[in-house]
Amino acid sequence: MEFFRISKDIPFMRHALVFNVISLLTFLLAVAFLFTRGLHLSVEFTGGTLVELHYTQTADLEKVRDGLGKAGYTDLSVQHFGSSQDVLVRLPLRADQNTARIGEAVIEALAVEAPGATLRRVEFVGPQVGRELAENGALALLVVIIGIVLYLSFRFEWRFSISAIIANLHDVVIILGFFAFFQWEFSLSVLAAVLAVLGYSVNESVVVFDRVRETFKKTRGLTTPQVLDHAITSTISRTMITHGSTQIMVLSMLIFGGETLYYFALALTIGICFGIYSSVLVASPLVMWLGVSREQFVRPKKKIEGANEDGAVV
Amino acid sequence: MNRYPLWKYVLVGLALLFGLVYTLPNFFGESPAVQVSSAKATLKIDASTRERVASTLQAAGIANSGIFLDSNGVKVRLLTNDTQLQAKDILEKKFNPDSSDPQYVIALNLLSSSPQWLTKLHALPMYLGLDLRGGVHFLLQVDMPGALTKRLDSIGADLRTLLRDNNVRHAGIDREGERVVIRFRDQEKLSKGRLTLEENQPDLLLVEQGEGSDLKLVATLRPEAIKRIQDFALKQNITTLNNRINELGVAEPVIAQQGADRIVVQLPGVQDTAKAKDILGRTATLEIRMVEENPGAVEAALAGQVPFGSELYVERGGAPLLVKKQVVLTGDRLTDAQPGFDSQTREPAVHLTLDSPGARIFKDITRDNVGKRMAILLIEKNKGEVVTAPVIRAEIGGGRVQISGRMTTTEANDTALLLRAGSLAAPMEIIEERTIGPSLGAENIKKGFQSTMWGFVAIAVFMIAYYLLFGVVSVIALASNLLFLVALLSMLQATLTLPGIAAIALTLGMAIDANVLINERIREELRNGSSPQAAIHTGYERAFGTILDSNITTLIAGLALLMFGSGPVRGFAVVHCLGIMTSLFSAVVVSRALINLIYGRRRKLEALAIGQVWKPANAGSAAVN
Repeated sequence: MEFFRISKDIPFMRHALVFNVISLLTFLLAVAFLFTRGLHLSVEFTGGTLVELHYTQTADLEKVRDGLGKAGYTDLSVQHFGSSQDVLVRLPLRADQNTARIGEAVIEALAVEAPGATLRRVEFVGPQVGRELAENGALALLVVIIGIVLYLSFRFEWRFSISAIIANLHDVVIILGFFAFFQWEFSLSVLAAVLAVLGYSVNESVVVFDRVRETFKKTRGLTTPQVLDHAITSTISRTMITHGSTQIMVLSMLIFGGETLYYFALALTIGICFGIYSSVLVASPLVMWLGVSREQFVRPKKKIEGANEDGAVV
Repeated sequence: MNRYPLWKYVLVGLALLFGLVYTLPNFFGESPAVQVSSAKATLKIDASTRERVASTLQAAGIANSGIFLDSNGVKVRLLTNDTQLQAKDILEKKFNPDSSDPQYVIALNLLSSSPQWLTKLHALPMYLGLDLRGGVHFLLQVDMPGALTKRLDSIGADLRTLLRDNNVRHAGIDREGERVVIRFRDQEKLSKGRLTLEENQPDLLLVEQGEGSDLKLVATLRPEAIKRIQDFALKQNITTLNNRINELGVAEPVIAQQGADRIVVQLPGVQDTAKAKDILGRTATLEIRMVEENPGAVEAALAGQVPFGSELYVERGGAPLLVKKQVVLTGDRLTDAQPGFDSQTREPAVHLTLDSPGARIFKDITRDNVGKRMAILLIEKNKGEVVTAPVIRAEIGGGRVQISGRMTTTEANDTALLLRAGSLAAPMEIIEERTIGPSLGAENIKKGFQSTMWGFVAIAVFMIAYYLLFGVVSVIALASNLLFLVALLSMLQATLTLPGIAAIALTLGMAIDANVLINERIREELRNGSSPQAAIHTGYERAFGTILDSNITTLIAGLALLMFGSGPVRGFAVVHCLGIMTSLFSAVVVSRALINLIYGRRRKLEALAIGQVWKPANAGSAAVN
C-alpha cells in the first residue's frame, strides 16, 4: 500500500502568500475571540468548588438548581457530566464558607428537591492556588518557547527556529481561539495538551527543515521555493501517516476516555490538525520570507586538488 | 552491514526481560488486606507484633494468605472483603483494648497479589494516584505571619519572667505588630534590661527609642530566627497532622512539605471523607489567658469600648467575658490530653498534662492569681472560643490541669483528641481539596485503559497493513515501548494518574512517528534504487538525526511541564518525559535489532516486505539524483 504517489513536487510556495493571508486571518479571528469572549477557565484557575453528583436515575437539573438556590447558593452552574445521571455543580469562591463541609452541604441542600444523590468527587481550589497555576502555566509556555528556539537555532539556524516557533504559536493561539469561541472549559489538562502539542508539532517543522537542509546541501541549481517544495513533498507521506497515527490514539481517547479526558483530547485534535497545516504552510513560507539560501548551509570548502563533489579525496 | 554485535542483542534481550519482570506485578491485581502500624513514636512494630497478629487471627479462625512485616507495619493479606472487615474488628479489639487511647493504627489496605519472588525483587504494581483509587487530597497553607506573632507573644511572656527574675523594673511589655516593645522609666533600667536581654535572648534584635521618662526598647526577631521559626512551624504542623491522621486509621497516608509554606496531605482509599476533613480542617490551638476583672470593663466593652489589651468573648453559657490579650500559656506546652470526668462533680472533663516549663509557668500564675479567673481558649481559624473560665482556687503545681464546664461527653472526647493530637505551631488553611469516590477511581482506570488499548489496536492494524513485515516490527517496538514505560513507572513507583494514562496513550501515538520516519526513509531509498540491505542501513541512519531532533523538542515541552506543573499536569509530565526516553530506545534499537535478526544474515536479499514501493514513471522528480 502506498497512499502518496506524487511524481512531481507540489508547488506549495507558489501559493505561499495565499496561505499566509489565510493563517493571518484565522490567527486574528482567534485573537478576537480570545479578547471578546475570553477563556472559560476551570475551577483550577479561578478558584471555587466543583461537586460531582451521581443519581441512580436521570437527574433533573432544574430541581438541583432550585434546591441549591433555596439553600442560598448563588452564581452556581449545574450541568450534566458525561451521562444524564451525573451532575456537575460549580460553586464560586465565597469569603467565609466552611470548605471542609461543602460536599455534604450540597447533598443536604438537595435532600428535599432532588434527593438520592451520591457524592462522587469534590474539588476545592483556593484563590491563591488558582492565581499560581495560571502564572505557572504562562511560565511553562515561555520556557517551552525559549527552549525550542534555542535548540533549533543551535541545530539549524535562527531563521528556522523563528519560523518554527511562530508557526507553532499560531497553532496554540488557534487552539485557544477554539476554546474561547465554543466556551469549552479550559482546565489544567487542556493546558498540558497545548504544551504537548507545541513540542509535538515543532517536530513537524524539524522534519521539513531537516529535508530543506539536506536538499540544499545535495543539489544545486534549485531556487529556494523549489527546495522548500521538494522538502515538503518528500516528507508529506510521513507527515500524514504520523499525524494520522497520533490522531487515531487521540480519537480513541476522545471516544473512550470519558468526560475528564474529553477536552484534553479535543485540544490535541485541533493541535494536530493545525500542526500539519502550520508546519507545512506557515513555517516554510516564513523561512522563505526570512531569506534562507543555499549559502547558509554549504560552508565554503578549501579547494583540494582532485576532490569530487562531496569533498572526498580518492 | 545490518548485523548487531552480540552484546547489542543481549542488551535488548535483557531490557525486554527487565521490562517484563517489572510489568508483571500489574497483572496480578490487589487483594484486601489489613495493616497494623504503630500509633505512637515509642511503640515499635517488630517480629513479635507479627506473631501476635498471626495468633490473634488464628484464634478467631480467619484464614489469610500471608502476613508480612515491613517498614510501615504488619500487613495481612486476606481472601475476601468480608473477612477483611472481620479481621479488622478483631485486631482492633485485641490491639486497642482502650479505644480512647489507641496504641496501634488498624487500617484497611490493599496488597499486591503478585507472588513472593516478584515482591523480593521490589517489583511492585504501579502506584495509583487518588483519581484512580479514590481518596482525599488536601493542600494546606501554613499561616507563617500567624506563627511569628504567636512566637512573639510567647517571647513577650518569657521576657516578663526574665526581667522579673533579674530584678529589672520595666513599665510594660507589649507586642505591637511584629515587634515587642518594652518600656522603661529611666536610662539606667533600660541599659540593665538591654544587657539582660542580650545575654539571654540571642534571637532578638534590640533598638532603643524614646526619650525622657518614656524610654522604649524595641525587640524584633533576627532574619535567621524567623527562618528557623518558620521551618519549625512547618515541621511541627506535619508531625501534628501525622498524629491526627494516625487517629483516623489510614493505611498509606502521604503528608509532605510542598514549597516553603505548604503541606500536602493525601489519604488514599478514605471512605469517610467528612470525618477526615473535619479532623484535618480543625486547626485548633489552645491558649490560657487571664480574665479582665475590672468592674465596669465588661459593660464598657459591650457598649463598644473594649479596654486596651483585652478582647471580648462569649462563654459557652452565653455570658460575655473580657479576656486579656496577653497569653499565659499556649498549646505547645501540652504533652497529653485525655477525656474523663471531674472527680467531684462527675461532669465530663479533659485532663491536660503540661511539660516542665509549662508546669512552672502555670504554677507561678496560679499562685499569683488565687481568687481570680483564668480563661482556657480554643483558637480555631483565628476565632477563639472560651472552653471554660474557672476561678483559681489554689496554686496548681505538677503540671496536671483539668478543663471542665458545660461540656458533653462527646465534646470532651473531641477536644481531648484535638489537643492530644498536638496543637499546631501555626494556623493552617485548606487551599485546595480533591475528594474522589472509589467508584469514580475504578471507572477512570477503565476509561484510561480502554482508550489506550483501542488506540493501540487501531495503530497496530494500520501499521501492519501499510508496512507489512516492517509494520509488524514497528508494532513490536511500540509494544516494547509500552512494556518499558510501565516497568519504569512500576519500578520508580511514580504516581500514576488519569492524565498519566492519557500521557501513556499519547506517548504511544507519538512514538510511532519514529518508526514511520524509518519505514518511509527505507521506502524512499528503495525508490531511489538502493539495494535492500543498503536501504535498511541508510534508512535507519538518516532517520535517526530527525528522530533525535523531534524527540528533543518534545522533551523540552515535557520538562517545562514537569518544572512548572502541579497536580494532574505533573502526573502527565512525568509519564510524558519517561515515555520519550523509552520510545527513543525501543523505536531505534529494538526495532533495528529485530530487522537485523530477520534480514541481516541474508546475503542475497531481493526485496523487503515493507509494502508496495511505488516508483514514479519519470524516474525522480527534478530534484534528487
